Amino acid sequence: MRHTFTILLAGFACGLLSGTAAASSEMDAIAKYRELLADGNPSELVAAQGEELWKTKRGPQQASLERCDLGLGPGVIKGAYAKMPRYFKDTGRVQDLESRLMTCMENLQGIEPKSIVDGKFLKGEREKVAALVAYVVTESNGARIDVDMRHPEMKKMYEMGKMAFYFRAGPMDFSCATCHGEEGKRIRMQDLPDLRTQKGAAAGWGSWPAYRVSNGEFWTMQHRLNDCFRQQRLPEPIYGSDVTIALSVYLAATAKGGTMLTPGIKR
Amino acid sequence: MGNPMKIRAAAKDGVTEVKVLISHEMETGQRKDANGAVIPAWFITELVAKHGDKVVLQSEFGTAVSKNPYLAFKFKGGAKGDKVSVSWKDNKGDSRTDEAVVN
Amino acid sequence: MNNQRRNVLKSGTGAAVLGALAAAGIIKPGVALADWNKAAFEAKSMADTLKALGAGAPVESKDVQVTGPDIAENGAVVPVGVASSIAGTTMVAILVEKNPNALAASFTLPEGTEANVQTRVKMGQTSNVYALVKAGGKFYMATKEIKVTLGGCGG
Repeated sequence: MRHTFTILLAGFACGLLSGTAAASSEMDAIAKYRELLADGNPSELVAAQGEELWKTKRGPQQASLERCDLGLGPGVIKGAYAKMPRYFKDTGRVQDLESRLMTCMENLQGIEPKSIVDGKFLKGEREKVAALVAYVVTESNGARIDVDMRHPEMKKMYEMGKMAFYFRAGPMDFSCATCHGEEGKRIRMQDLPDLRTQKGAAAGWGSWPAYRVSNGEFWTMQHRLNDCFRQQRLPEPIYGSDVTIALSVYLAATAKGGTMLTPGIKR
Repeated sequence: MGNPMKIRAAAKDGVTEVKVLISHEMETGQRKDANGAVIPAWFITELVAKHGDKVVLQSEFGTAVSKNPYLAFKFKGGAKGDKVSVSWKDNKGDSRTDEAVVN
Repeated sequence: MNNQRRNVLKSGTGAAVLGALAAAGIIKPGVALADWNKAAFEAKSMADTLKALGAGAPVESKDVQVTGPDIAENGAVVPVGVASSIAGTTMVAILVEKNPNALAASFTLPEGTEANVQTRVKMGQTSNVYALVKAGGKFYMATKEIKVTLGGCGG
């Protein structure tokens, strides 16, 4: 119509594009699109299911998750996600939200983590974990990202996460840093946050988990990270495994001081 | 059946604004599954919103309405504490009604 | 059988039963939804859709507006709306010219409901989006082109 949209022309191979071409009017239009979507994030529907699940007596032990300790004491959800991942004394390890929810489901409800770890995204018990995630992260919306890095295990995980972030591998010799280790990179119209910086990490970490309009699915952080590995043509990591938690520690620690805008809504 | 809707209704200066999020696949009937079989159309066809007993919006949807439909509209009247309800039915004969209190 | 069917159709609680009948292939889903304008929603071209809506040749009007972004990052979810400042607007509809079926949604507005409705639609490609409005028995319309940038990298 009035604008020229060289950047929009179809036919780009999947890949990286350095962000120079888009005129500001186009970026303004995209910004308007995102703004229109923000009001009425379908994550709310998933969060409502999660809230119901949190309160429902389920599993072999017929218990709810209302005594689940996400780090701020049994049953405290408000602001809990903004302080995760964290070191948990009772399990003796660093856990992200999803691995922690599995602990609660096992201890309180008697639901075997194996069925979740070996399961598939958006299926069975793992889908239920995702609904719980939607509920919990909604209760940290607007909170300050504030991971506690004092425990030596957190420091260890941070170092492991950083290593994983820069680790190049796979048929394309990619690492997370290939896409997210430079300012101003994009894939087509998607700005890629520079996750090495506080600002970039806050933008990335602070807006996931999120509802993805492209497929109408709610994606947890485990799902997000899993797909990053897939896109790098690397083997998918085990659900809730240390490397995934370590990457989350690295991102959350780098993002510290930023604001949680969860759940997000993504293209 | 289906999962609950999210309905928000807020009254301001004599006008009530209603925003609705509905949990529904809105399958177009034009997509194919991994085996190449067409995924049958499954979508909301009709929706009615009421303020108390009075109909304030009646809509018909086609398959082009996005998955997990969103709807926003305004009607005159309505006060804090009033009830707004939304009902839908889909092409498979499923239906659901939820309500919210105006605030 | 026929009697039973009639009873089902008569009773207000028949929706689930009708669904079961539809699933069993006894009746077509369309039959169960007498109110839904099948002809309009299944029409392919703009002209056929307008005809099925009884809109003939709507008049372009500045008092009608398609609200929405100039660009949609993803065609699966495009926020669009219709606003009309024509007095006595009783119906608004959203049509996407290049979709397989042009009509996306229509809204009947009782007295007291503002002629300003927002929803989200799927768009297969960049297309003109039409707002169709009925007021005082006449049809009006407005157009806006919305560009769709296709994703595909899944990131």
